Amino acid sequence: MSSSDTKPDMLSTHDGEPLKKSLGRALRRQKIRALLLIAPLLAFVILGFLMPIGSMLTRSIDNEVVEEIMPQTVAALESWDVDSTELPPEETFRALVADLQVAAENRTALTFARRMNYELAGFTTMVRRAQRLVRRIDLETDGPFRDMMIESHEGWGELETWRALKAYSSSPTIGYYLSAVDRTMVSGHIEPLPDDRSIHLMLFWRTAWMSGLICFLGLVLGYPIAFLLANVKERYANLLLIMVLLPFWTSLLVRTSSWKVLLQEQGVINQTLVWIGLVADDNRLTMINNKFGVIVAMTQILLPFMILPLYSVMKTIPPSYVRAAKSLGANDWTAFWRVYFPQSIPGIGAGAILVFIMAVGYYITPELVGGPSGMFISNRIAHQWYVSGNWGLVGALGTILLVAVLVLYWVYDRVVGIDNVKLG
Amino acid sequence: MALPSYASPLQRVWYYAFRVICALVFFYLMFPILVILPLSFNAEDFFTFTPEMLALDPAGFSLKHYVDFFTNPDWQLAMRNSLTIAPMATLISVSLGTLAAIGLSQTHVPFKRAMMAILISPMIVPLIISAAGMYFFFSAIGLQGTYWGVVLAHAILGIPFVIITVTATLVGFDRSLTRAAASMGAGPVKTFFKVQLPLILPGVISGALFAFITSFDEVVVVIFVGSAGQKTLPWQMFIGLREQISPTILAVASLMVALSILLLATLEILRRRNERLRGMSPG
Repeated sequence: MSSSDTKPDMLSTHDGEPLKKSLGRALRRQKIRALLLIAPLLAFVILGFLMPIGSMLTRSIDNEVVEEIMPQTVAALESWDVDSTELPPEETFRALVADLQVAAENRTALTFARRMNYELAGFTTMVRRAQRLVRRIDLETDGPFRDMMIESHEGWGELETWRALKAYSSSPTIGYYLSAVDRTMVSGHIEPLPDDRSIHLMLFWRTAWMSGLICFLGLVLGYPIAFLLANVKERYANLLLIMVLLPFWTSLLVRTSSWKVLLQEQGVINQTLVWIGLVADDNRLTMINNKFGVIVAMTQILLPFMILPLYSVMKTIPPSYVRAAKSLGANDWTAFWRVYFPQSIPGIGAGAILVFIMAVGYYITPELVGGPSGMFISNRIAHQWYVSGNWGLVGALGTILLVAVLVLYWVYDRVVGIDNVKLG
Repeated sequence: MALPSYASPLQRVWYYAFRVICALVFFYLMFPILVILPLSFNAEDFFTFTPEMLALDPAGFSLKHYVDFFTNPDWQLAMRNSLTIAPMATLISVSLGTLAAIGLSQTHVPFKRAMMAILISPMIVPLIISAAGMYFFFSAIGLQGTYWGVVLAHAILGIPFVIITVTATLVGFDRSLTRAAASMGAGPVKTFFKVQLPLILPGVISGALFAFITSFDEVVVVIFVGSAGQKTLPWQMFIGLREQISPTILAVASLMVALSILLLATLEILRRRNERLRGMSPG
């Protein structure tokens, strides 16, 4: 009674607490409960996914290997000018011998050699020869070392070796990113790689244009299907939808293997063409292990991801608008182009971005039906991983690809909203 | 979209042309999947229809590729691995994912957008990047090349699908039902299992199917995170396709198509049930 007498505008709960405070507490409790429900999964995804990816990407700038294994040489090179036309002085060679002796002892010399070999082919051989030499000599008595080293491998007498060593000795380094965009600094300055070794920019570009083309073909083929689905009786639409959903649910490996079977030189398509007489038996079409195969297969594989968002937007377009346009004198084309099509643009945006995001990161299909000329950037990343073990470059290429995908993801979120993603 | 009786000849032509175009696109979508089925019964080790097959001669058909699949130890190991990895990964992503989806669809959740973005990110990040990252992480904690390593990696990949399908189902969930249960004395756990879970079950099951197929179909991450002992069906198929392509792959592929038909049918039944529950007729 007392509190409501003095402050008539303040509501309170039955035990006299202000209602506002009580509600605030209830809300806070609700928030905490919601967060507790999300926390285990969030922790799982952050620990098991985001952090591993983050740490993998830091390998793209990590270059401690050189400094760790060759500390004296790196220090001695500090004072040497990369543009100098003279080899580094005797002290630097002495530091190199000292470092290599320690490295040979610890069996780390080849780790260093491999790191440098990514940038300068032949470095491994140089280090191997030098290692054999330094095992025999005594640092205190057997000087000078310069000529001995050059004799072990003439590479030690070349300016390029020392320039590369100086350029790639700092950590963190931009060296891997430079390789990822076909640049090198073996000469001490950033320069384009020779054409025969420039592959990454071309692959990024190929991944982009082929994904764009796949996206466009998907739109051209998917638009009529989505239109048909949205405009026939629901009973038929459900039946036709199954023909879109079955490919969607069928294993990617299954669809890729069937394309491999279909497109082969002895495959079903060539066989049919020969049987009809369109193609001579000894002149079968090459449809696999090239760009054509990748485009045909990936368009089919990604088509459901274009049709489903288009369909869900087209379902909401009221048919009365087109009828109204026609009753006002528009012909079929005008009614479609000026009235229906603009309303379907959100679906086009959603489908196109989704297909493009998925295509850009594709690995399996280009690997199996692409051959060397249909390879995507993902395949190059896997190749760097398996064949060269160049993890820094894997990190750098991966970061560039990831940033591109995240920008698209952000656009997708703007256009569609991630909480509006629908499946099936 | 029926053709009106007053349609002009041009409209008539377009009406049928449009249907033909659609039929061709449907053919393009379905043919690569359907062509595998008859080819898998080929009596020869070819990837084309033999003259005997085209003549429907029984001698042209055989079950030998299926027999090979069920007797070859490599394929059997791969099948066993697939069938033990996928259900466990599904279980983990569904149980954690459903809880998180319920949390995310409360009315007042701080940082909802950011958390949603994080939880959906495994679906967006290119697989090769996820695989490389997880390889280092799982090596560091000693799970690389183990069953649990592959299971956890696949569980992470399945999470976005569970989150998306379950939050979509929760949009139509009537919150007063849980309040009613609570007012009648049921605790949060009992409310969840007796009231909320039965109603959102279709969403949970379709999320589980997505998570299952994601793991069952996955090949890049398992190659990086697993070792030869965890070789799954898609992995074995991938090797087979890259090195020497053996017709047994067609038999495996046909069985996998049958599996996806089964999954699709289950989902369709769930969808109809869900629509009925919400008072919308499936038409």
